[in-house]
Amino acid sequence: MTDSEKKKPNRRDFIVTATTAAGAVGVGAVVWPLVDQMNPDASVKALASTEVDISAVEPGQSITVLWRGKPVFIKRRTQDEIDSARAVDLSELKHPEKDEDRAKNPEWLVMLGVCTHLGCVPLNDKGDYGAWFCPCHGSHYDTSGRIRKGPAPTNMEVPKYEFVNSNTIKIG
Amino acid sequence: MSDHEYTPKSKVGKWFNDRLPLLTLANHLTDYPTPKNLNYWWTFGGILTFCLITQIITGIVLGMHYVAHADLAFQSVEHIMRDVNYGWLIRYVHANGASMFFLAVYIHIFRSLYYGSYKSPREVIWIIGMLIYFLMMATAFMGYVLPWGQMSFWGATVITNLFSAIPLVGESITNWLWGGYSVDNPTLTRFFSLHYLFPFLILGLVVLHIWALHVPGNNNPIGIDIKKPSKDTVPFHPYIVIKDAFALLIFLLIFAFFVFFSPNILGHADNYIEANPLVTPAHIVPEWYLLPFYAILRSVPDKLLGVIAMFAAIFVLVILPWLDTSKVRSTVFRPIYKQFYWFLVADVLVLGYVGAMPAEGIYLLIARVATAYYFAHFLIILPFLGFKEKTTPLPLSITEPILGGSPDIAMARNNSNYKEKL
Repeated sequence: MTDSEKKKPNRRDFIVTATTAAGAVGVGAVVWPLVDQMNPDASVKALASTEVDISAVEPGQSITVLWRGKPVFIKRRTQDEIDSARAVDLSELKHPEKDEDRAKNPEWLVMLGVCTHLGCVPLNDKGDYGAWFCPCHGSHYDTSGRIRKGPAPTNMEVPKYEFVNSNTIKIG
Repeated sequence: MSDHEYTPKSKVGKWFNDRLPLLTLANHLTDYPTPKNLNYWWTFGGILTFCLITQIITGIVLGMHYVAHADLAFQSVEHIMRDVNYGWLIRYVHANGASMFFLAVYIHIFRSLYYGSYKSPREVIWIIGMLIYFLMMATAFMGYVLPWGQMSFWGATVITNLFSAIPLVGESITNWLWGGYSVDNPTLTRFFSLHYLFPFLILGLVVLHIWALHVPGNNNPIGIDIKKPSKDTVPFHPYIVIKDAFALLIFLLIFAFFVFFSPNILGHADNYIEANPLVTPAHIVPEWYLLPFYAILRSVPDKLLGVIAMFAAIFVLVILPWLDTSKVRSTVFRPIYKQFYWFLVADVLVLGYVGAMPAEGIYLLIARVATAYYFAHFLIILPFLGFKEKTTPLPLSITEPILGGSPDIAMARNNSNYKEKL
């Protein structure tokens, strides 16, 4: 086609475009269920909350419970641990978060026991900060579960939880 | 494919061949002209085909006894090992077969690198090969998850978490891969399904790989173009068939040694402990064949950049035909590249070694230097070397160096008397 015959869209172009568009929608409608079937299903989502009895946990002790297939650390912190977590200057942190925001009740630290690097379970009472240490790739966390050293990008995640009463925590 | 016409001798054969030219194909594969100087490094294509078929056959048999469920998988593997007739043999062949497959594929890839088999006109063969390699890694990874031991579970957790490094959508993608909020039963069942599928995709790509090979024909140790068929070629059957078969037998000796005398030496003891989502093993390492990439991943202190570096290490191989600017294929005629080639081999071995070590102290430092060198080799050294390097003269044919005029200059001088006599 030369420059002189500038092509105007005709009826055939319209039909081609309309057919392609309708076809794309059709293909999308078929592909989406095949993709979405891999997402968490109803039975997995139904297990989204769990209640934990914490009456037997002594100060300084930590328990691990399973929630959504992942470990959750519930740590009853000693006064020393709380003080050391709160004394940290936010500017020293890779992912600045106040301890007050992470532990609503300062005695109880509830967080996912999952290293934010590649998902291993950190070990308790280990590492340079006397709290958690991930054996897989060497991330050190402090007594507030905040990343201090190593490849992990963020602090260990605090899930949604609430105290149902003084002896029971509901996670999720 | 074939240059010459083929007509079956029998009437029935002709009738069938006119309708589906399978006999023409068989004839092409038998007569296929092959450079007569192919050495034993060229036998690994056949060995790899054997490995793939072995994995498919043993895999189908294991699939008859294995149960893909988080509560039953571990026990069903023990059931295969203890109760199923010859189950131990079939499983050990399959498990060690994966290692043998990778051993052969690494030799095959480094053969290509040494003799420049990835260069024009064989770029497409190379790229299909890299796709096969990538699918092999995915298949092996998912297969390792199926026994549902501690290494299975935590290996799966670490590798799938690589995708969580993607900004914004990372978490949605990992949840989608898992079918939940952690590696669990839905993850296991889909890995089983895909682990069964992928070998057949690989098989399809192998057909394309060989098809693409048969268009320009084999490269050869001196890397020059040859006329086909000519004095420089021999028919595939019986010459190459016999040579491949002999190499395969030697390879099988090594394979059998692992299967019968140390079937677990390439695995991890931790995988005989059932998966436990609450306890991570003290030291997680992938299978040996993934260690160099694991070392690259860990050598970068940033999560996202580490993942990018790891995938880039594979991608850089895909674009290799355009990174190597040298027109000379075989390393035999590239004195400087030859040294860098062996540096690269050493570098990959070092990466493999530090990948198995804890990521701290001196190991981390070595991993970083080795990672930097790996990328420098492909992105800096290869492109520049093609322009700078003075290559030695290429022979005119495969026959020429044997009758005098060797690629090795010293040898060629010694042979000059002989040449004159001719």
